[in-house]
Amino acid sequence: MALSMCRYVWWLSLSFPLHQFLPTLPARRLFPRPFPRCFRPPFFFLSPPSSLLYLSQSIFHSLLHLPFSLLSSSPANTPHQKPKGSRKVERDRTMSSAFSAGKFTTQPFPLNTSSPRSHDKPFNIPSATSPFFGSSRKLRLNSSSKLNLHRRSGTVVAVSDVVKEKKSKFAPNLLITKEEGLVLYEDMVLGRAFEDMCAQMYYRGKMFGFVHLYNGQEAVSTGFIKHLKKEDSVVSTYRDHVHALSKGVPARAVMSELFGKTTGCCRGQGGSMHMFSSEHNLLGGFAFIGEGIPVATGAAFTSKYKREVLKEADCDHVTLAFFGDGTCNNGQFFECLNMAALWKLPIVFVVENNLWAIGMSHLRATSDPQIYKKGPAFGMPGIHVDGMDVLKVREVAKEAIGRARRGEGPTLVECETYRFRGHSLADPDELRDPAEKAHYAARDPITALKKYLIENSLASEAELKAIDKKIDEVVEDSVEFADESPLPSRSQLLENVFADPKGFGIGPDGQYRCEDPKFTEGTAHV
Amino acid sequence: MAAIFQGVGAAAALSSSPSNSFDSKKLLFSPRRSFSVKKGASVVVVRSDGNVNLDLNPRGRRAQQLIANAVATKADSSATSSSSKPGHELLLFEALREGLEEEMERDASVCVMGEDVGHYGGSYKVTKGLATKFGDLRVLDTPIAENSFTGMGIGAAMTGLRPVVEGMNMGFLLLAFNQISNNCGMLHYTSGGQFTIPIVIRGPGGVGRQLGAEHSQRLESYFQSIPGIQMVACSTPYNAKGLMKAAIRSENPVILFEHVLLYNLKERIPDEDYICNLEEAEMVRPGEHVTILTYSRMRYHVMQAAKTLVNKGYDPEVIDIRSLKPFDLYTIGNSVKKTHRVLIVEECMRTGGIGASLTAAINENFLDYLDAPIMCLSSQDVPTPYAGTLEEWTVVQPAQIVTAVEQLCH
Repeated sequence: MALSMCRYVWWLSLSFPLHQFLPTLPARRLFPRPFPRCFRPPFFFLSPPSSLLYLSQSIFHSLLHLPFSLLSSSPANTPHQKPKGSRKVERDRTMSSAFSAGKFTTQPFPLNTSSPRSHDKPFNIPSATSPFFGSSRKLRLNSSSKLNLHRRSGTVVAVSDVVKEKKSKFAPNLLITKEEGLVLYEDMVLGRAFEDMCAQMYYRGKMFGFVHLYNGQEAVSTGFIKHLKKEDSVVSTYRDHVHALSKGVPARAVMSELFGKTTGCCRGQGGSMHMFSSEHNLLGGFAFIGEGIPVATGAAFTSKYKREVLKEADCDHVTLAFFGDGTCNNGQFFECLNMAALWKLPIVFVVENNLWAIGMSHLRATSDPQIYKKGPAFGMPGIHVDGMDVLKVREVAKEAIGRARRGEGPTLVECETYRFRGHSLADPDELRDPAEKAHYAARDPITALKKYLIENSLASEAELKAIDKKIDEVVEDSVEFADESPLPSRSQLLENVFADPKGFGIGPDGQYRCEDPKFTEGTAHV
Repeated sequence: MAAIFQGVGAAAALSSSPSNSFDSKKLLFSPRRSFSVKKGASVVVVRSDGNVNLDLNPRGRRAQQLIANAVATKADSSATSSSSKPGHELLLFEALREGLEEEMERDASVCVMGEDVGHYGGSYKVTKGLATKFGDLRVLDTPIAENSFTGMGIGAAMTGLRPVVEGMNMGFLLLAFNQISNNCGMLHYTSGGQFTIPIVIRGPGGVGRQLGAEHSQRLESYFQSIPGIQMVACSTPYNAKGLMKAAIRSENPVILFEHVLLYNLKERIPDEDYICNLEEAEMVRPGEHVTILTYSRMRYHVMQAAKTLVNKGYDPEVIDIRSLKPFDLYTIGNSVKKTHRVLIVEECMRTGGIGASLTAAINENFLDYLDAPIMCLSSQDVPTPYAGTLEEWTVVQPAQIVTAVEQLCH
């Protein structure tokens, strides 16, 4: 009863600095009207001054950070919940709370309080880590489980399911081993160092065009891709350097590609926005947003086809499609969610929600800014995770990829993340509030992981510094290699236009044009 | 591989009568009759049953010069032996289905994707029966999301399958333009050759019988600028099956243009396995006075006009260019060098159509051989009207072709 009253007064709590997100905002700014339960920004936010925008964004995020109990206590908030009756809120004692700097102290509820927990779940995740699992109550698995006829596989509750029994009786319950931790750290540092070097090289005139850097979002790439096998595919966007690196493309190949040299992973023909690697199953690198999602769906379709039609029984390749918040308003996104769920394709849709599409704030562009809610609309689980925290991302990724591998279908994962730099190196980045940037800079994923590793004695400062140094050397070596590599010669111009060069046709002399020596020299006119 | 002479009789008789279906009763010539032309000293005999007279055909000699693996078929031997095997008669959509079915049996990675291709059998019945035979995953009924399922086909092609994507009507592929232009055409290049895209995109286009503006679009002019793709247009059951099979076997992305009004053409085609070269044009009717270049349905308008022209004493050489991108400049060039006059008859729009590109290509390469400016008859730059009379006037009619030839040959 007291809790049910909370729905009327919970917003008052916003006036108190309960969370550390808004240290600089004056308290009086925090008296909003009671926000609509589904949180829509008010009308006048159509053209807000940036501070108000920041306010709405931070409140939006703070809503999700708030203890789950307060949000869910109102029945109207959760129409599909089984809700009455008091719920226990438990303290989270796992180390992950230390990792998240103690901000989140309550545990999210297990989802299906009414239905018996299915004990035949093949996986159990000590998922007390993410406060955002509170949001996964919107999984509405009760409804999606109606669609899911495979009861034996269990519904995807585990993301938010608190495995109370699994909670360790012995402290500390670590999420990763030392080796895994070092791998994650090294991968993220590689991503960061590489992108910083890209910026340097760009301003020195070694690369041109549009270069989109990934600083700040490394946790998403590392958290997901490090769960993949080599045969699994990754499809990315124009912000693809770090996806390429995480997938295993050598830094040398990526840097040469950026320099436009012939030793690049695409022979210099793709550039920053078109990183491909058939060896590592990186299917690109797409310049138009949303363009890669159908391609990823096709790769997942091939995996299913190989298993069911070609009878390669062990083919369980998973595809990951990475894209941003702006893409989630694009038709191709919705069309592919539909098809992937319809045919239960082994794909995971990973939304890197960094709140900004160049200068368009996600809240100004989207009617319902909570992207993960769009998953259940198509019959797949939608999960929100803190994308600045690599361990949380990793947990969610493990489950989503596991689901896909077992043939249970796609998952939509929304990672709340942030890019520290502008949209591209040509973006002056004037619209974003410095306070917002500072807020996220304080949540740098690399610093956080470093802190976790050291606090849990998984690695020493010296080891981590050694990794930093090693990565610096790798990146410098890649620049040297790229510098020394040759530029493409003229003969390369016409080489890869067609897989079968007879496609250039028959010339006036009766020969196929590709036999003309001018073709191999690249001087012919096509 | 060798240029195949098409049955003039079977092809010539299509008139623009209001009926939608063409069956053998309506053909003015029975398939077996040969069509001979007397003009002065030279007599040209073309058998309509697909026999290739290699002696009369200079292209036959050129066929040997092509690289050995240009088209891996038994076409040569089948051509000479086709007179012993009568072949079988079928309609054009059945020929497409036969080609598709044979390729699906031959290679398990060939699959079909499109709207209503599975249970419904295809809106023009090209994929009828395939879903029962090969299963729902190999003949995939997609939701109505052209951009995405074309992109899905491209992703599947990159990862090892050979999809055949059907646009229920070619015009719907405008929604897939993003994927066709950006991914289909470009990915092989931007990936530095790492990924091939052996996809076939096919569908019926062209002006039908009062289908309205949006269902009467000719997309070949929009797609022709996309680098990295090949475009072919089929016009008879023989080349429909041959081009379908060649397109599926090709490593390049191929767009196969069919025509709504040609699906019920009947012809006798060989029993044995054959394919038609994707880059070659087809000599329909050799002649001396003027070269008429055409493709798809306009071929039949041209052949009908040819009858009138022959009666008036002209000897047109009719070439079905078949390969819309790239053009077969050898066949076309030889013809231009012989006749010195060119008329292009197409269904594409006037502006920026295939005819416009072909005119430019011929002018660039064979200007010295021309005795008169190239004439290009194309559809008007008008959204195809619904009314039958208006629709007739947007498309080129045989009478206009006759007038144009008379003008050219003066």
